[in-house]
Amino acid sequence: MANPYSKAFLTGLYRQLWTIRAFETRCIQLYRQGLIRGYLHPYLGQEAIAVGVCAALGPQDYLTSTHRGHGHCIARGADLRRMTAEITGKQAGYCQGRGGSMHIADMSQGNLGANGIVGGGTAIGVGAALSARMQGKDSVCAVFTSDGGVMNGTFGESLNLAAAWDLPVLFVIENNQYAVSLPVREATREPELYKRAAGYGVEGRRINGNHVLEVYETAAEYVRRCRAGEGPFVIEALTYRHAGHHVNDPGTYMPEDQKEHYRKMDPCLLGRQFLIELGGASCEEVAAIEADVQQAMDDAVEFARQSPETTIEDFLEQIGGDQ
Amino acid sequence: MSATPPHDLRARHSSHRGRVQYRTALNEALAEEMRRDPKVFVLGEGIGERGGSYKVTQGLRAEFGAGRVIDTPLAEASFTGVGIGAALTGMRPVVEILFIDFTMLVMDQIVNQAAKVRFMTGNQARVPLVLRTQGGAGNGLAAQHSQSLEALFYHIPGLKVVMPSTPADAKGLLKASIRDDSPVIFIEHKLLYLTEGPVPAVEDYMIPLGKGDIKRTGRDVTLIAWSNMVPRSLAAADKLAAEGIEAEVVDPRTLVPLDEELILASVRKTEHVVIVQEAVRRGGVASDLASIIQAKAFDYLDGPIEIVAGLNTPIPFNLALESACVPQEADIIRAVRRVLGRNACL
Ligand SMILES: Cc1ncc(C[n+]2csc(CCOP(=O)(O)OP(=O)(O)O)c2C)c(N)n1
Ligand SMILES: [Mg+2]
Repeated sequence: MANPYSKAFLTGLYRQLWTIRAFETRCIQLYRQGLIRGYLHPYLGQEAIAVGVCAALGPQDYLTSTHRGHGHCIARGADLRRMTAEITGKQAGYCQGRGGSMHIADMSQGNLGANGIVGGGTAIGVGAALSARMQGKDSVCAVFTSDGGVMNGTFGESLNLAAAWDLPVLFVIENNQYAVSLPVREATREPELYKRAAGYGVEGRRINGNHVLEVYETAAEYVRRCRAGEGPFVIEALTYRHAGHHVNDPGTYMPEDQKEHYRKMDPCLLGRQFLIELGGASCEEVAAIEADVQQAMDDAVEFARQSPETTIEDFLEQIGGDQ
Repeated sequence: MSATPPHDLRARHSSHRGRVQYRTALNEALAEEMRRDPKVFVLGEGIGERGGSYKVTQGLRAEFGAGRVIDTPLAEASFTGVGIGAALTGMRPVVEILFIDFTMLVMDQIVNQAAKVRFMTGNQARVPLVLRTQGGAGNGLAAQHSQSLEALFYHIPGLKVVMPSTPADAKGLLKASIRDDSPVIFIEHKLLYLTEGPVPAVEDYMIPLGKGDIKRTGRDVTLIAWSNMVPRSLAAADKLAAEGIEAEVVDPRTLVPLDEELILASVRKTEHVVIVQEAVRRGGVASDLASIIQAKAFDYLDGPIEIVAGLNTPIPFNLALESACVPQEADIIRAVRRVLGRNACL
């Protein structure tokens, strides 16, 4: 098989996969130490989806994210310092500590935000695509959603609108097989979620969401075709959460053999394998990337720790007083 | 609703400037803003060729094309979400929801999305979206098409709430709402669309949000009313004048932001207050206005504040029952007599 991927490209993908892994692992620690409060939904196990899709996007593109959104933010190029500051509620965060994990957004990169409402961002993404077309921009919007998000009525409505209006939207269903503890097959009679696309006259495909190159290739094809006016498209990326729904969910309902099966298909291990086998990287080079990421993570945590607290006076001043 | 052929309505825009219909004034505001700013567009159900159920978007499709006057399927939550996404990325959408009752399908998008984005993102983003809708009783449309739900939106920080009572206010406030960077819930009244009134023929007639209006001056009692309760209060005030009672009718026009100073100045002058609200009494805006007045002008009050409001009930279909459920002229007159210590039974 011809290898179309450069070492630099594969290095970039692996660095992002590993950054998300390191970020989430560290966030869980910070949560246990009480530095992060509220809800925290780790992206562990799903890294390849955000990384593969975002690698296919250009700077002019948009994305809308979910409650499990740290991966999308990192893959879109967010600064780890400002992300960590946000998630620890500090003034220096992307949203000045007013959004936190579930609402982190970076408008400057077209990241229209995570969302605390399952399904809440789906239609907003369709609006971004409509707006781009009206303004003559060549932008595509990647709408990240989930197996639970697909069960919400806004998914069908939004997919239908995007299709009726031929909008450049790439719906990415991250099917991690559970909505909290509810398995997909108990949520629907048709567990192959991409099949819903056909009912709206839209092309969709199920892919291995742990395989970053498969995700990238599919997303790149669909993004290209979106730009050619053929959108929208649906990707169902099959994946698995490495742990419970949020930090405090032990996930006892997840069968051991299933967990084991997906641990062998760990997206980071696969990404590392691609870098070594297709990119010709040495084990030392891989270790150097990981050490580098670790250092960036340490630096980000230190930055967040040192950041000043935000105040109610700042907040009220900025929003123009008590509303 | 009306037999007016589509072209007639627009032909009337410029001809006799004397009196303009409320719906025409709204139509002018939309057309002027769309002409001025290519980022303004409208979307909703049946607003294109059909011109909207109340003809507010009549003629816009012909002038601006289907790309900016977008007919949507019946998917309120999602097309409002589309508006929010467009607003976040540089456009200025005006979303029409046919009946305020249907905004209940859209509450997540309005309350959890549009109202919150600016605050959650630390000011990174604005949602310059106008959600036009209409409410109120009076046509026998029964419980799911007659509600006055402004209090729900009034309650949500991050939203502005505009409720014009006259054609001039409708025009000036809609233009200002479209230029505002916050999400604005713009609530029209179904009984007002065919009412007529003068609309200044000046270019870019605008009324800033947060500026109320004295619709009638008077020294004896302050009647606070908005939307369709304004003409009703004015009619009551005319009858009261025959008894020698001069009522001042204060129309806040926008509930958020609220022109507190205008209200308080009138209260300080008349020392008597009646607040008239079509919505059900419980948990309404009137109660909140009463609390503001007693907190800020207690020493000026000569007696308790009266609230005339809808009964705490769904709106019945039967027209006699319907009118019994919302404040009528006679209810307002009786309340004024009561606060002035006159015989309320007359
Ligand atoms: C509208 C709505 N309903 C319920 C919730 C509570 N909730 C948060 S995440 C979640 C499960 C989501 O599962 P899924 O959509 O598959 O996403 P995943 O957590 O697997 O990434 C639920 C029920 C919510 N946030 N929003
Ligand atoms: Mg899931």
